[in-house]
Amino acid sequence: MSAEQVTTRRESAVGAGVSTLDRIGYRLQRLPLHLVIIILCAIWLVPTVGMIINSFRSVQDMGQSGWWTTLFPPHGFTLDSYKQVLNIEGVAPSILYSILITIPATVIQLAIATMGAYAFAWMKFPGRNLFFIVIVGLMVVPIQMTLIPVLQIFKLIHISGTIPAVWLAHSGYGLPFEVFLLRNYLGGLPREIFESAEVDGAGHAVRFLRIAVPMTIPAIASLTIFVFLGIWNDLLVALTFLGVSPYRPFTVVITGLVTSFGGGWQFLTAAAVLQMSLPLAVFIFLQRYFVRGITSGSVKG
Amino acid sequence: MDQIITAVVAVVGVPLVLLGYIILGEQVIERLPDKLQESIRPYFWALPAIGFATVFMVYPVVRTVVISFRNSDDTDWIGLANYKYFVTFPDTLTALRNSLLWLVFYTSISVFLGLVIAILLDRVRYESLAKIAIFLPVPISAVAASIIWKFMFDYQPPGTPQTGTLNAILGLAGRDPVAWLVNSTTNNAALIFVGIWTITGFCMVIISASLKAISSEVLEAARIDGANEFQIVRLVITPLLWPTITVVGTTMIINALKTFDIVYVMTNGAYDTDVIATRMFSQLQSAHYGRAAAVGVVLFIAIVPLLIVNIRRFQQQEEQR
Repeated sequence: MSAEQVTTRRESAVGAGVSTLDRIGYRLQRLPLHLVIIILCAIWLVPTVGMIINSFRSVQDMGQSGWWTTLFPPHGFTLDSYKQVLNIEGVAPSILYSILITIPATVIQLAIATMGAYAFAWMKFPGRNLFFIVIVGLMVVPIQMTLIPVLQIFKLIHISGTIPAVWLAHSGYGLPFEVFLLRNYLGGLPREIFESAEVDGAGHAVRFLRIAVPMTIPAIASLTIFVFLGIWNDLLVALTFLGVSPYRPFTVVITGLVTSFGGGWQFLTAAAVLQMSLPLAVFIFLQRYFVRGITSGSVKG
Repeated sequence: MDQIITAVVAVVGVPLVLLGYIILGEQVIERLPDKLQESIRPYFWALPAIGFATVFMVYPVVRTVVISFRNSDDTDWIGLANYKYFVTFPDTLTALRNSLLWLVFYTSISVFLGLVIAILLDRVRYESLAKIAIFLPVPISAVAASIIWKFMFDYQPPGTPQTGTLNAILGLAGRDPVAWLVNSTTNNAALIFVGIWTITGFCMVIISASLKAISSEVLEAARIDGANEFQIVRLVITPLLWPTITVVGTTMIINALKTFDIVYVMTNGAYDTDVIATRMFSQLQSAHYGRAAAVGVVLFIAIVPLLIVNIRRFQQQEEQR
């Protein structure tokens, strides 16, 4: 994805010093390849671009003609959809609630996961392998398998329908994967550094805070982006634990609007653009971390 | 306002509490005899993580299995009645069939496309740019993706101008518009395609990372031996990428079985588009906990083989460490 990664194998079939005619023939031969790629890219780009364009049109226009008609004058761009969406009761607060759910949930689970991963990577204890195998297994357990009992726990301790309850739920669901990934990363750090720190009399607290955490920052950074977006985009957990609460996050509120407006749902394009603008900004500006998070999680795992 | 304060307190407080836990705990542990230190310390460090995993994953999984054999207000054992209800409920077969369709088509097509696109892009100069286009839907939420595709699939009666991109294209080809999401011959395919659209970039990025690790010399040697490009892809590249393809494939199978968001937002299971996860959620919403739990257990059983595969793979990796 990033520039340094691109080691394209293009034109490896043509050596240096071939005639112009050969080169033209080669170009022609590759024409189908470029066509296929351009068509694929169009299929993956056009839907998003179309919707973003639509979000800047009036609801009336959206109901009468496709987004492509706006490409030709008169364009008729307007921010009406955005105004309409933000004026619906509960929409603006729901954006705030999404933030208030996402940031603490991310911080809590990564703090706990880093600490647990350190124990699994650098301490020996009976049952370590068994515990870790359970964690590997939990990574694929569908959260549907946990919703009802967790709901009951929240009711029992009287926090159901609150934002902190959702932090806890997300933290529990996210931990197995994070502990797994961070333990692999921490375990890959050079043993000598920890050993010499130990010789110098540094206890585990110092070794963890001064050596392990700073050296794990790249992995934690990738994971943070990943976890943050996962929670920001989450629907199922929020719907289950906050579905009827006043603190519904953005995704739940949008979903409610999609299903309740039979016709005239077009202005929700603006809501979708607002919802996805954060993930897209993160992707565009932190692309390298983002992609690294994905590849390290899957290829090694 | 209260919510904001609570959130700020949590963001600052939780790391501070953990810091205090580590420093104070270590102070205590370091004063213990060496032997005792060795045996207590690891559990002290792993406790918060293991605690969370136990309360929110291990216990709930066991409890869900128990609930699936209990009545709806959890007062009595009712044997397999919840499972029997699930199997005899008329919509269940449809949900099972649809989940199977997701499993087969979502998995195979997204992995196949990811592989093909990775290989094709490896051969052009504008690779990184094209990758951004294919990857763009990955960070987008299923909720936003559903609204994006509601516009693609939008349907107006024949004769009126089509606002949906797909039906407008059909119109150009002189065909009648199709009600993609309502028509039960097209709606499942349409939903599965949205799923594929959101995930292909993910498959592509992972497969591409492995593809870059194949040395050019191997491919060059095959070319010198007279292999054409198709043979190279089929006989050299694909076998070398096979371990990665299976990892991506298992992830996609799990995704397919857990599919919820796209179906819930786009059709809410109407017009025969229900899948296992949406069925479970509707039982949950009507507070039929026993029935919902039974559906959850069915989903879990379907995933158990993959769970075993994952653990095996992990153990193999551990041996190589």
